[in-house]
Amino acid sequence: MSRAPCELDDVDDPIDPAGFGSPATDGEPTFSRRSFVKTSGILGVGAVAGIPRLMEAETARRVTQTAPQMFEIDLTVNGKPQKLTLDTRTTLLDALREHLDLTGSKKGCDHGQCGACTVLVNGRRVNSCLTLAASASGSQVVTIEGLANGENLSPVQAAFLDHDGFQCGYCTPGQICSATALLEESKHGQLSQVSWRSGETATPRLSDPEIRERMSGNLCRCGAYPNIVASVRAAAGGGGEA
Amino acid sequence: MNPFSYTRATSADQAIHAVAGKASKYLGGGTNLIDLMKLNVEAPTSLVDITRLDLTRIEDIPGPSSSGGILIGALVRNSELANDRRIVENYPLLSQALLSGASPQLRNMATTGGNLLQRTRCYYFMDTAFTACNKRAPGSGCAAIEGVNRIHAILGQNDRGPKSGETCIATNPSDMNVALAALGATVHVQGPKGKRAIHISEFHRLPGSTPQDDTTLKFDELITHVELPSPVFAKNSWYQKVRDRQSYAFALISVAAGLEMTVGKIKTAGLALGGVAHKPWRCSEAEKSLAGAAPSPDVFRKAADLALAGAKGYEHNAFKIELARQNIVRALTLAAHETQSSNEAGAQG
Repeated sequence: MSRAPCELDDVDDPIDPAGFGSPATDGEPTFSRRSFVKTSGILGVGAVAGIPRLMEAETARRVTQTAPQMFEIDLTVNGKPQKLTLDTRTTLLDALREHLDLTGSKKGCDHGQCGACTVLVNGRRVNSCLTLAASASGSQVVTIEGLANGENLSPVQAAFLDHDGFQCGYCTPGQICSATALLEESKHGQLSQVSWRSGETATPRLSDPEIRERMSGNLCRCGAYPNIVASVRAAAGGGGEA
Repeated sequence: MNPFSYTRATSADQAIHAVAGKASKYLGGGTNLIDLMKLNVEAPTSLVDITRLDLTRIEDIPGPSSSGGILIGALVRNSELANDRRIVENYPLLSQALLSGASPQLRNMATTGGNLLQRTRCYYFMDTAFTACNKRAPGSGCAAIEGVNRIHAILGQNDRGPKSGETCIATNPSDMNVALAALGATVHVQGPKGKRAIHISEFHRLPGSTPQDDTTLKFDELITHVELPSPVFAKNSWYQKVRDRQSYAFALISVAAGLEMTVGKIKTAGLALGGVAHKPWRCSEAEKSLAGAAPSPDVFRKAADLALAGAKGYEHNAFKIELARQNIVRALTLAAHETQSSNEAGAQG
């Protein structure tokens, strides 16, 4: 027997968004859906001794499972301190988009596969859709909204404009945040699997294969990849095709 | 996603105490756990965040010689570990394997301990719409055995038909684990009853009669460190990964090969396969056949045959046996080649 959580609530429970529990007004017999389900549920399992006690235990278990748990969170987002009290299930992406109104970071797959949600946490690029806001508490977060200096675009933003590094633009905030971190990682000599294949593990050069590998966590369904690579190459200070 | 309580642990003892029941989980990088919670494959009622614990260092183990191995904190991120100069220089196999996995964003999040505990990407495990999955719902059967089984196991699987409660042909998806198997790492864990050390070959398990258990770790035990023995494969190793895309995809098969060379001969070898079994597949017989031999295509082909003895394919993954065979030879060849390029004055031509 499967039941929706609300069916176990008390009749006077305020949770009834669809109004199913309201008395009918058109002359039909009036009973609430909730009390109907409750009654039929008990009748349905039969008058077996011990069942009411089991039902109570089941109710208690379900209540603990369905009650949202709240958690207080401190974040610094684009230099601005933010204090939020959120359901523990809230991801950093949802905290940014739904609670701080920073909708630049995009929800693509919501499973860490597309990179549209990429933001910088303490300077490192991460998938904000797989980061719990509670776990990120205390962090410095930079989103696409925080990259420009007033009216002056960041070098990566400007390069994406100059090189037409997008079509529809949906993946672009993630691409730009990712590329911004890529340049920092590269400055610090970080490696990729391409560095191992090319043998350049001492000081890897940002060749096009390196850029493609290092941007592989950001998908673009428009297929603007050649221009994205050109944008990153330009932002890195490279001239022609590497 | 089910609601859950969230606790932030400030010490290992506190974390272990907080994970009081099987409905609790430790939260590290979250790249796998949060994903599975969104899919309702995992539904913990409480998460214990361990990311603030002091397990973030990579330390040299003092030994009689200068190379006494290395101790990696369980919370060291994959990107950090892959780029640590000691790992790059002394354990290139591990750096290469780590950088073959996931994306830069995910590697910035994923921890060493969490990577050890990555769950399979079997489609039927990941999707609750399929009722049969012995790993997700013990005793329910296996939808993969007669389903789309392209990414599934060819070695060590339990195959008693789709209805059996023991059947499982899932694979361990990690690249890091394959390198750790070839390197002979040790996993250090702490539980309510104290600490223990588990050799990597005993850490992950074959499905046996309980496919729901990926590892021999108890639910309340916390991984604290991963220890690498003194580096013997620093000069001669290669991680070969074959997948459907060039990047950001799980392995169809992967090979971690390490060779310890002395005057043109293999002294010892480390060989492990990924994407082929429920655990990183250590090829002990192949390693023995390599020890003492001079590297040659014949020697490598023989090792590959030994490694794949008993392999069994299914409708969509039988190609993996030949793919693994060829790439074992390739990985060993590239591992042996390292000496030739980095040691020009050496005896090998």
